[in-house]
Amino acid sequence: MTAPAGTRASAASLLSVRDLTKHFPIRRGVFGHVSGQVRAVDGVSFDVAAGETLALVGESGCGKSTTGRAILRLIEPTSGTVRFDGQDVLALGAGELRRLRRRMQIVFQDPFSSLNPRMSIGAIVREGLTIHRIAEGSAADARVRQLLEEVGLRPEYASRYPHEFSGGQRQRVGIARALSVEPRFIVCDEPVSALDVSVQAQVVNLLQDLQRDRGLAYLFIAHDLSVVEHIADRVAVMYLGHVVELAPVARLYGEPIMPYTQALLSAVPAPVPGVERERILLTGDVPSPANPPSGCVFHPRCQHPARDAACARIVPPLEEKAAGHWAACIKQPPTTVSWEQQQAAGGTNPPEFFLPRAALHRGT
Amino acid sequence: MTTPLLEIENLHTFFHTDVGVARAVDGVSFAVGVGETVGVVGESGCGKSVTALSVLRLVRPPGRIEAGSVMRFEGRDLMSLDEREMQHVRGNRIAMVFQEPMTALNPVFTVGDQIGEVARIHAAMSRRESHAKAIEMLKLVGIPAPEQRVDEYPHQLSGGMRQRVVIAMALVMNPALVIADEPTTALDVTIQAQILELLDDLTRRLGTSVLLITHDLGVVAENCARVIVMYAGEVVEEAATTELFARAHHPYTEGLLGAMPRVGGERERLATIPGTVPPPTAWPVGCRFHDRCPYAWERCVAEHPPLYQIGANHVSRCHLADEPERRAHPHPPLAAQRGASAA
Amino acid sequence: MATVAREPPAADRRSPLARLVRDSRTRIALAVLLGVAAAAVFAPLLAPYDPAAQLDIVRLASQPPSAAHPFGTDPFSRDVLSRLLYGSRISLAVGLGAVALAISFGIAVGAVAGFVGGALDAVLMRLVDAALAIPRLLVVILVASLWGTLGLVPLTLLMAGTGWFGVSRLVRAETVALRDREFIVAARALGIPPARLLVRHVLPNVVAPALVAATLGVANVILLEAGLSYLGIGVRPPTASWGAIIQDGASRVADLWWLTLFPGLAILVTVFACNALGDALRDAFDPRQLPRDLVDATFAPEA
Repeated sequence: MTAPAGTRASAASLLSVRDLTKHFPIRRGVFGHVSGQVRAVDGVSFDVAAGETLALVGESGCGKSTTGRAILRLIEPTSGTVRFDGQDVLALGAGELRRLRRRMQIVFQDPFSSLNPRMSIGAIVREGLTIHRIAEGSAADARVRQLLEEVGLRPEYASRYPHEFSGGQRQRVGIARALSVEPRFIVCDEPVSALDVSVQAQVVNLLQDLQRDRGLAYLFIAHDLSVVEHIADRVAVMYLGHVVELAPVARLYGEPIMPYTQALLSAVPAPVPGVERERILLTGDVPSPANPPSGCVFHPRCQHPARDAACARIVPPLEEKAAGHWAACIKQPPTTVSWEQQQAAGGTNPPEFFLPRAALHRGT
Repeated sequence: MTTPLLEIENLHTFFHTDVGVARAVDGVSFAVGVGETVGVVGESGCGKSVTALSVLRLVRPPGRIEAGSVMRFEGRDLMSLDEREMQHVRGNRIAMVFQEPMTALNPVFTVGDQIGEVARIHAAMSRRESHAKAIEMLKLVGIPAPEQRVDEYPHQLSGGMRQRVVIAMALVMNPALVIADEPTTALDVTIQAQILELLDDLTRRLGTSVLLITHDLGVVAENCARVIVMYAGEVVEEAATTELFARAHHPYTEGLLGAMPRVGGERERLATIPGTVPPPTAWPVGCRFHDRCPYAWERCVAEHPPLYQIGANHVSRCHLADEPERRAHPHPPLAAQRGASAA
Repeated sequence: MATVAREPPAADRRSPLARLVRDSRTRIALAVLLGVAAAAVFAPLLAPYDPAAQLDIVRLASQPPSAAHPFGTDPFSRDVLSRLLYGSRISLAVGLGAVALAISFGIAVGAVAGFVGGALDAVLMRLVDAALAIPRLLVVILVASLWGTLGLVPLTLLMAGTGWFGVSRLVRAETVALRDREFIVAARALGIPPARLLVRHVLPNVVAPALVAATLGVANVILLEAGLSYLGIGVRPPTASWGAIIQDGASRVADLWWLTLFPGLAILVTVFACNALGDALRDAFDPRQLPRDLVDATFAPEA
């Protein structure tokens, strides 16, 4: 499978992920006999260029958080490759991995549990400086004050404890902590999902400012499509452990190709009253990642008019449907899975481009 | 003018803690008509959830609904009912749907048992009758294979299905009013769409009124006929939904609308509201929003604004209604000037 | 209610310990325990007589309470009040000493087991489970009676050695729960080595339930020691321990009621205070009962 790199990503990719897989064994019985696998991440590939924001969107259980953590080796991947700045991340020993941690950081979703309740926020932000010997003593204190200011907190707050701050402020502390080691790349794991709308806006703006000032690259993991449109350069949509669509943001929202993406976009409530928007309503619930459907993992809930038996047999490759726009669907042309191949697998409906109005938000 | 189904007048719910009295709901009044879906919008700390709990008198110490609060439902003042009469109302005439379906359902009883329990208590049905009723309700909320599902436990169902069960429990006795407190916040967006559609369909068919509490203006836009915006324990704006979105008056509402990223919208920097909600133990004198407001002037610091009538059925708690020319002179809010947080 | 100054109200900065001290229940318990501690420390100054001195075996044996001897005398004509005061030393020394050792060891074992996991965790916890299955009282009585009369140090070690199992299980459970909390993952993401992670991040957060167990543990040890002394297999005579005083009057409880009442009250009050303190500590570490968004709004100074 050719690499689904962004148009400009291939040469200057800061981060390159290929066929990343993470399976969690399901253990049963007294001796922990392995009875199955939860296929949380099932062959994910993408690139992130320096200074860009790639969003990873999907609903719960799609594997986006696991992907983020696996890239940083906070969870050990089952297989695949991760290259950061030319280095093979998965092959690094403990010492080298620790050095790499300076350059790849993470910001978490829950501002309440991502900070140690028994450490002052100054100590929290300072720890990275100590571990990596970036600064000591009063130089470290100065850096901490600087970082707090940079994220919009008063430096005097350094001696206070997390429980004294609001959710938005705690999130800023988490960002300061990540910045303390001077990374080039940050995995933002749902950084604003637990915050109120007005606070979300503040934090999103902060992340954008920091990116601009420090040249950071982000892997922005989220389920909120409206926030993603604001901050992302490119978007990858995940479903049941697979990347099913990958495109520049304008193209994804303007012309979503994958039927799942179309349903996802149509489900976002738009703050425009009085307009009768049709909705693509998906039937049923997301299947369990321990038992994914055969062929295209989305086929049981797919609304594409050409969906047929071939969809249950053929695993659709993630292919370039238009410049820089990749999607995994054998029924959306162009596709390398020929009509003959589809018919051989039981296909009865030839591929035909389908884009329901319900998936579009512009012009409403 | 038909009598509203629910009339809340001057509701005050305070929490008497040892850090002070938290005036969570501080003089809230509104009404819900028969068959109407009304949205209550606000962020953390505005008091919307406490308002919902107050209607059903589910507030526990140190919280207390203060004297002087009137809650008229179907002609009776809920405050005047004793506990037994109130139990007759809960689940029967007014039902509640909570945010977290997993904690709203008892993990050791089957879903059929839990739905059936409501029927057994309020309609004195026998076990067999209530079991059949439970199956009927599961079918109504769109759960496939209800005869099997009825004997399953909550952990065997997905989040979306559990929320459907919670809705089934709420609708068993065909209540006149359903209070839904962030019913879809914990769910994925595609499931959210399903659940909201279901709620909309059923309540329309059964003629149920809905008080929909949420922080998501998008949900409100698509589901509610009228919107109440709450801030710092008070109602700050109320209008028909289309009116609110087209001609929002209160600066907080404007701020919320501006801060919301929307799909298909302009890709520019999000407008923010600097500062935070003040603590409920110490509401500011004057307008509670004044230090975050881009239009505030001296009057706002000193004088607490009443609800001004802006148009037919549109009220706003803002002195701009009295001095609209001030809107032409926006300035950085006090909170931003103090350097509290980057805007 | 100033709107300009946005300093958080003083109450905001209260940690659980600060809240604790304001509770009246706690204050009484602390007062009692401080009283016992004072008695122990200042016993030589407070006691009217030498606790081992047999003052007048003919005329002052087994005398009920009087002006000269407010708590009476025992069959060996020793002053009960003095013995009671010195007895508090035994109770506190053994109680605090044993618990300090037990808690330290229990935390260490539990935290390591929980943190490292795998085979080490399984083995350690199974050993602990097996040990917990044997009643502590039986073990203590068995060892004490085999040993003969115990000196203070062996007694303390015996109590500590039989008392650390519960704490280790508790701490292990807390550690396992903590392992997946996001701030631990964040620390790993920063590159913090496991040893530092355990000491700086895990331990401070699992200490809380251990502290609660500690206060209750002190109460238990005091009772055990008194029991042993009562049975005659505790501290070596003529050392004054509360249990030993009761032992001295055991043959004629109804007649020599003061030999049972006063030490009994002392034990009761001390144990009660320990338990009350433990309860208060447990409550102090619990999250408050306000609805979540109200908690945020009440305690957040600024955005």
